[in-house]
Amino acid sequence: MSLTRTATVDASDHERVPLWRDPAKRAIAFQAVTLGLVFMLSYWIFSNAQSNLRKQSIATGFGFLSKEAGFEIGESLIPYSAAETYFRALSAGFLNTLKVSIAGVILTIILGVFVGISRLSKNWLLARIAAGYIEVLQNIPVLLQLFFWYGLFYTSLHGPRKSFNPVPGVFFNNRGFYFPFPEYHSAYPAMAVALFAACFAGCLLHKWSRTRQDKTGQSFPVMPVALGGVVGLPLIVWLAYGMPIRLDTPHLAGFNYEGGFSFSPEFVALLLGLVLYTSAFVAEIVRAGIQSVSRGQTEAAMSIGLKPGEVLSLVILPQAMRLIIPPMTNQMLNLTKNSSLAVAIGFPDFVAVVNTSINQTGQAIEGVSLIMIVYLTISLVTSSLMNRYNKRTAIIER
Amino acid sequence: MKFAGWGFVLLVAVVMLSLAAAVFAGETLGAVKSRGYLIVGVNGGLYGFGMPDEKGVWRGLDVDTARAIAAAVFGDPDKVKFVALTTQTRFTALQSKEVDVLCRNATKTLTREAESGLSFVAVNYYDGQGFLVPKKLGVKSAKELNGASVCVLPGTTTEQNLADFFRSNKLTMKPVVIELNTVLNQAFFAGRCDCLTSDISQLAGVRAVSPNPDDYVILPELISKEPLAPAVRHGDDQWRGIVEYAVLAMVAAEDLGITSKNIDEMLQSSSPDVKRFLGVTPGNGKALGLDEKWAYNIVKKVGNYGEVFERNIGAESKVGLPRGLNAQWKDGGLMYAPPFK
Repeated sequence: MSLTRTATVDASDHERVPLWRDPAKRAIAFQAVTLGLVFMLSYWIFSNAQSNLRKQSIATGFGFLSKEAGFEIGESLIPYSAAETYFRALSAGFLNTLKVSIAGVILTIILGVFVGISRLSKNWLLARIAAGYIEVLQNIPVLLQLFFWYGLFYTSLHGPRKSFNPVPGVFFNNRGFYFPFPEYHSAYPAMAVALFAACFAGCLLHKWSRTRQDKTGQSFPVMPVALGGVVGLPLIVWLAYGMPIRLDTPHLAGFNYEGGFSFSPEFVALLLGLVLYTSAFVAEIVRAGIQSVSRGQTEAAMSIGLKPGEVLSLVILPQAMRLIIPPMTNQMLNLTKNSSLAVAIGFPDFVAVVNTSINQTGQAIEGVSLIMIVYLTISLVTSSLMNRYNKRTAIIER
Repeated sequence: MKFAGWGFVLLVAVVMLSLAAAVFAGETLGAVKSRGYLIVGVNGGLYGFGMPDEKGVWRGLDVDTARAIAAAVFGDPDKVKFVALTTQTRFTALQSKEVDVLCRNATKTLTREAESGLSFVAVNYYDGQGFLVPKKLGVKSAKELNGASVCVLPGTTTEQNLADFFRSNKLTMKPVVIELNTVLNQAFFAGRCDCLTSDISQLAGVRAVSPNPDDYVILPELISKEPLAPAVRHGDDQWRGIVEYAVLAMVAAEDLGITSKNIDEMLQSSSPDVKRFLGVTPGNGKALGLDEKWAYNIVKKVGNYGEVFERNIGAESKVGLPRGLNAQWKDGGLMYAPPFK
């Protein structure tokens, strides 16, 4: 009797599981509730802030972006004056952030890889210097390093009238680093076209040599030929135009140097501080990546007759890259985010310009949201690009 | 991607929540009284206006203004907690009720009052933006500054005035905008810039504490009007009245000839104005919601405007500013208090 009853209960349970005991449905319910709570919280906060701002008669919205900014920016990649709009001012700041970030990331990778490999060097002195570099720079807060470099520039370099003049036309003073720059000539756009064409041809050449090597096993010296094209083609165009060379040399005009091409001390100090700090971390990442590839791989590669350069580029680095790329992405993002410290040493980056805008318009929430959106976008774009690259280098699992 | 998106929503939420949470509270006077002390936002590093001395005691014109408000509310000028604020945080701190009053050399402007939810009260220093240059530069007027590098503090009307002055005179310049006063001043004195621009009061204060004050000169041009005034939040008119009349009481006392030294004799004065001012004839205190002795306490314990000016920034002090626009109206200045009745 009792046996039969148990059996019946079991069977019916199996057919109609109550909702709260079905893990899949339960999970959906929990997620829906969580989502609802998050939405309610956001809505409550948003409407609350809105009504409070109205109560304090603080204007809201992004209307201020089209108003005249009325302040100057020290350096800008796009033409900018105080008569332009806030939007233009913010764009100038944004481009300055990109400028220091992109230059910083490239230099950091170069320096970091160099220091990382040096630390593994068999040369005792080189390895010790690299280790000291890493230990010192990693452990000093980056803001202090920025103050140090900035202070070093304006205290060690003289004023414009007593500029340090290492080579004719090049001037270093506490207002900046000035270099001669070629004046515009119609040959230059043509040279740029030639450069692009050479790059494109190089890519095609690489593809062709790959296919040929796969088929016949014969290799082709792609790199020297492509490099020759990239340098040679624009050079031929330049010669064809009659070698135009008129340099715009910096000259003292009033208080400061004018003309030529210049870097401000703020930019150089920021770039230097960020690159030295971040490259110390990158060096450790590179070292870890290389050390993670077992010694057997090198020996195996050598035993099948690869040259030392090929061992590194075909066997060691592709495997080390898998470990290097993800933390390297983090360091790139760190550098970009740390560039917001620019405001401390007077480089007009995005945050600095937004700060000025907030103070002139009083629209803090809009300004802070803009900062968050911009940094989030830069970070997401960087990491999605790096993730794509990472997928290509990652182990293909079967 | 998804997680980052949520992170963003949460971040916005946190920012707004912190703003929203601060708005619920009672009337300011009640809150201040039940707390037992006043919280005032000041400049932490401006000699003569708001800066602690070697012993850690806060000194300055703005600091004494804050003490006057405390003397009016509590009868004790020391019941104040000073909070050092940067130009960036000062208005937000006031809006979010972190401070009761802002006495931080802030310029009264239309948009700050109309759009930012602030009310500026009576002016405690009429200032103007000027230029500090090294004497050896040989510049006699700001109009000779074409092409100069200019050190400037960010996010004040200073940046805009500077751009306006150079634009209207068809001159060019390169601003170097640094957030921290100390870093900015170091950069200027090391020669990174040809001139430093700010309010004259600020320039005088910076020069006073510089290594070689005599090597620097303030150019004669005033390129802006900068009426510096304490500020309170919109919406609490009683509190606004108290702060306004605490400032004006110091001006009125000087006008009436009442000083911290002679005030006890003045209690016997037969002048109806003096009697009303000192609360011998009651009325003013009740109207403001304060003790009748409020003005007496201000002058007795802090001083009248002239005393406070001379002590902190006057010609004999290290800052060495002339009274100028800040003289009494009878002496050709702009300091003018309405009748206290």
